[in-house]
Amino acid sequence: MVDVVLDEAYEVDPARGAALKRFGRSDARFRFLTRAAALLVVIIFAGIMVSLVSGSIPAFKAFGWGFLTSSVWNPVTEKFGAFAAIYGTVVTSGLAMLLAVPLGIGIAIFLTELCPRALKRPMGIAIELLAGVPSIIYGIWGLFVFAPYFQANIQPGLIDFFANIPVLQDIFAGPPYGIGIFTSALILSIMILPFISAVTRDVFETVPPVLKEAAYGTGCTTWEVMWRIVLPFARPGVVGGAMLALGRALGETMAVTFVIGNAHHINESLFAAGTTISATIANEFTEALGDLYVSSLFAIGLILFGITFIVLASAQLMLKSLERRAGGKSS
Amino acid sequence: MNKWINACAGAGLGLALSVSTAFATDITGAGSTFAYPIYAKWAEAYKKQTGIGLNYQSIGSGGGIAQIKAKTVEFGASDMPLNAGALEAAGFTQFPTCIGGVIPVVNLPGIKPGELVLDGPVLAQIYLGKITKWDDPAIKKLNPSVNLPSTAIAVVHRSDGSGTTYIWANYLAKVSPQWATQVGVATSVEWPTGLGGKGNEGVAGTVKQTVGGIGYVEYAYVKQNSMTFTRMINHDGAVVTPTVDAFQAASAKADWVHAVGFNLMLTNQGGAASWPIAGATFILVYKNPSDANAEKGALSFFKWAFQNGDDIAKNVDYVPLPQATKDAIFKSWKDNIVPASVP
Repeated sequence: MVDVVLDEAYEVDPARGAALKRFGRSDARFRFLTRAAALLVVIIFAGIMVSLVSGSIPAFKAFGWGFLTSSVWNPVTEKFGAFAAIYGTVVTSGLAMLLAVPLGIGIAIFLTELCPRALKRPMGIAIELLAGVPSIIYGIWGLFVFAPYFQANIQPGLIDFFANIPVLQDIFAGPPYGIGIFTSALILSIMILPFISAVTRDVFETVPPVLKEAAYGTGCTTWEVMWRIVLPFARPGVVGGAMLALGRALGETMAVTFVIGNAHHINESLFAAGTTISATIANEFTEALGDLYVSSLFAIGLILFGITFIVLASAQLMLKSLERRAGGKSS
Repeated sequence: MNKWINACAGAGLGLALSVSTAFATDITGAGSTFAYPIYAKWAEAYKKQTGIGLNYQSIGSGGGIAQIKAKTVEFGASDMPLNAGALEAAGFTQFPTCIGGVIPVVNLPGIKPGELVLDGPVLAQIYLGKITKWDDPAIKKLNPSVNLPSTAIAVVHRSDGSGTTYIWANYLAKVSPQWATQVGVATSVEWPTGLGGKGNEGVAGTVKQTVGGIGYVEYAYVKQNSMTFTRMINHDGAVVTPTVDAFQAASAKADWVHAVGFNLMLTNQGGAASWPIAGATFILVYKNPSDANAEKGALSFFKWAFQNGDDIAKNVDYVPLPQATKDAIFKSWKDNIVPASVP
């Protein structure tokens, strides 16, 4: 802090003056460095956007908006369409969220309310360690351990169980391969679970104890306290954690590439093979010959960025509208 | 404090410079996973003899072609030979190094390696998605004494750009007009059905993990992973087991010396002992490289391999080229490549 000089006649001791000058210079340097760092991030982001867009232009010029709805992916005749990849990305991430969000919130509720004291830290650490496992290990585990077991023991049972129910029999149909969209959604849900549970648990711990005590005091059950007091209070944080998890699920590459089957087809069955945007790019980018092929890969990368942006923006909008309805609570 | 920082920076710079000169003589190449086993073995022996190593990235033939076009490697390895027009346009010359075989592998409980017999048209129907169960009459007809389960067929193919795929698709196009018109021949095609695996390793792994799976891999992978391979009925109607002799029989009538750019496919060749899905693997180098010395280093490695590597090739079940072809290759180097790069 620089001394405030209230009176011109106030004399500054020369040594102190030199020190103040030094502080001023180091402050200016610090301001410059932090501004430069922030600007660097913006420049890098703009650079990535520019190269994505300029790389995708040939594909959009050749295929127009049909690129988004066509599921043809033919390197021989150079006809490409993003729909199979988009469908796979959205379905695997959506299914993973459907499985992971209730589970993650449940784990967080358990850890904050119901868990015996002694178990709290070990359980919390175990869950967070899940996030530390490299994603390619999840892929290898999925392909070599989980998929064969799933194919032999669980899939045939599921296929038979849904065999005669009208709509569900098509969703759970097909020869049991072990790998496919359903398996990759399961693996993704395990990968994103720690994000949801860790963030949700932290947010639950910021809930003022007086609120919970008051609720317990008026006779609420644990479930009513969690559902009616804690969750509404923590909603922005929980949604934030879920969006973080969704962002990871949408972009996850190696784990999905191992277990999704890499087939550019759309099939109503969840047990069929499919592909996602990141799996397609990971498999084909290094070997794509021809400008239109490379440009199509850039284009689906741009589409993935678009999907992520739309999802995050709509989450923010939904949060804002919820807060407005709840009476304009501050963050 | 400042003196200490300067000393560390100086030491770091010195270390970086010395490290970079130590690795300057390694040869770099990329491409075919089909040929990776043989190149790795040759490189091991070459390093023992000369101390020069090979840094080979097996990223698939499509990747090899892309990387040599981008000049990030000294040679590109591809199982798909480029035609004269493509070679001319890019300034490449190409030559084969050895011959291998693509083998169909299956995963059916109770079926032993070499027990199942398939032929070209049936394989094409399987890969077109027309034959979907293992106990289909067409497969039963070729295997009257084998107890085939009614498991669904899980077709496995390459998900990356691959010369092995090119050889496979080339063979299927020769035996099935429907494949030729509907799918075509390239390093990466629009597969009508099936699961994709990355690299020969990925296809082998996926077939091993999926009951009812069928895939195509290079012979070295079949041996190393003890996979259940099938026998094939070749062009002349004989049932052949995949062996080095069968691959050699397939290349016996190949006229390498007169093929422009050595552009020859060895699929569906005549001869009672020929394996129907054999193929050569090729190397692409620049006619006029930007770093003449580096290319000379790479070509010296291949010259050494041609002169000394035949036994190593046979050990990993690749067929070495006949001497006449090797002489033609050396002559093509003199004719096509700048003298500074020819060893």
